[in-house]
Amino acid sequence: MTNNADQTTPQSTPIVELVGVCKWYGEFSALYDINLSISNGEKVVICGPSGSGKSTLIRCINQLEVHQAGTITVSGREVKPEMKGIEHIRRDVGMVFQSFNLFPHLTVVDNLTLGPIRNLGMSKDDATKTAMEYLERVQIAEQADKFPVQLSGGQQQRVAIARALCMKPKLMLFDEPTSALDPEMISGVLDVMIELANDGMTMIVVTHEMGFARQVADRVVFMDNGEIVEIADPETFFNNPTTDRAQLFLSQLLSH
Amino acid sequence: MSDGKITNATNQTLRRRPTALFNVRHFVRAGSQVGLAMLVFIVLGWLIWRGALAMEYNWQWYRVQPFFYKSIDGEIIWGPLVRGLIQTLKLASISGVFAILIGFLVAIARMSSSIAGRIIATWYLEAIRNTPLLVQLFLFYFVLAPIFGMDRFWAGVLCLSFFEASFAAEIIRGGIQGVDKGQFEAGDAIGLKARDKFRFVVIPQALPLILPPLTGLLISLIKHSAIVSVIAVAELTTEGLNLISDTFMAFEVWFLVAGIYLALTISLSIIIGLFEKKLNSHRRTA
Ligand SMILES: Nc1ncnc2c1ncn2[C@@H]1O[C@H](COP(=O)(O)OP(=O)(O)OP(=O)(O)O)[C@@H](O)[C@H]1O
Ligand SMILES: [Mg+2]
Repeated sequence: MTNNADQTTPQSTPIVELVGVCKWYGEFSALYDINLSISNGEKVVICGPSGSGKSTLIRCINQLEVHQAGTITVSGREVKPEMKGIEHIRRDVGMVFQSFNLFPHLTVVDNLTLGPIRNLGMSKDDATKTAMEYLERVQIAEQADKFPVQLSGGQQQRVAIARALCMKPKLMLFDEPTSALDPEMISGVLDVMIELANDGMTMIVVTHEMGFARQVADRVVFMDNGEIVEIADPETFFNNPTTDRAQLFLSQLLSH
Repeated sequence: MSDGKITNATNQTLRRRPTALFNVRHFVRAGSQVGLAMLVFIVLGWLIWRGALAMEYNWQWYRVQPFFYKSIDGEIIWGPLVRGLIQTLKLASISGVFAILIGFLVAIARMSSSIAGRIIATWYLEAIRNTPLLVQLFLFYFVLAPIFGMDRFWAGVLCLSFFEASFAAEIIRGGIQGVDKGQFEAGDAIGLKARDKFRFVVIPQALPLILPPLTGLLISLIKHSAIVSVIAVAELTTEGLNLISDTFMAFEVWFLVAGIYLALTISLSIIIGLFEKKLNSHRRTA
């Protein structure tokens, strides 16, 4: 169960499947008829203008937001609003937020061990050992006993990635992980994400980092107005977007 | 990260902040303000003393020591004021614990998704806040106590508990809502159950927000506890009343009773202040 990257699973098995997903905030339709299937090991970049529903979409996958219509399946299990046992699904789905959301009252290492101890039932020693391994991987092992405020934004975001990885997730969700960072901090975080991608992690990344998308993404999903407008491989999407809306979005993105 | 060095940066030791000189003008101004305040108190005290003199009040301060304790054959026997103080402490501390527990439950119920929980919590808060405390006390003493077989002490404790809990609930709810929404989400995202999320993520961050107003609540609980003297629970105020009917030393006794309450609440503030300092010493400056 805790083993990620199940080798026997054929590449085509979807790890996440959204069918006809709709989401409203009051009367406002934030997501409409979303159909998306992501297979094991796949890397998907989601982009689109502000307010197009990118965050809402990935937050529905681990039920930080509830959807009102359609079905969402994560590694074979349907996630439903207010379901029992959602924490069993969430352990398979790591999430990294734009604003890091580290626990400020806990040291870095305690940030990492909380989930494994409380959700996976690991012993403190085992959890600490795993935590140190992942901190090593994101190259901040020497900061293990510091508190989040003592770290730079880039370091905090790498801790946040390590915290998610400590749960040994099958899938990682990233919601604009670099957009709150100073420019000189961005590459460190992207490097960690690229390495993670190379290790075969399934990733859904909301980002406007085109270089990252070109290098890592298998598919780019373009959203506008709560709908998926276009899905294509990165080369096709960035060079020859088929829809007017995607063309407009890309021209605006490039003009910055 | 490499922190870029500015060339020719002025050495820190050359940039030492000048030590503040002793400022005579500030000292004189502060001194005169303190003097003025003192003068007001002295005038007030003098007026009371003159008033008492005019009504030929017979001050008998020399008689108050046995109100605190008597020494019989080398054995110390506590007097009514100390016994009352102990009862007040007992009353307030039990009620304080209950108030915080009930307040916590009500706060959770108000924020929960359970409709029944929200209805009960809201009705409870409205009922407590919109009826006089004295009437609540009579309800507890004359209605609930006989039904449930409570004595006057427990009727008083429960009445105070439920009354203060209505304030505690709002303080606790405010503290929990003061915690950043992203913290709840991060707790959810790493798969914490609701209970663990509260215990390990939310409450530790809400506590520094909750504690200061909760201090105020405990202090007002001590003061509100005087009201149970109307159902003759033998606490400090009741003992004061009894002493006066025995000795007719109303002025001395009320000064003493007020002084004891004052000492109690001030020392509580100081203790909690120290505790808060300790709690905050773990928090880093950003
Ligand atoms: N809690 C909420 N209540 C009401 N409306 C909301 C809420 N959260 C999001 N919305 C609306 O839903 C729409 C989609 O929001 P979402 O955050 O998913 O957009 P986004 O694509 O992530 O945008 P951004 O690039 O700015 O992060 C927006 O119009 C937003 O105003
Ligand atoms: Mg967003």
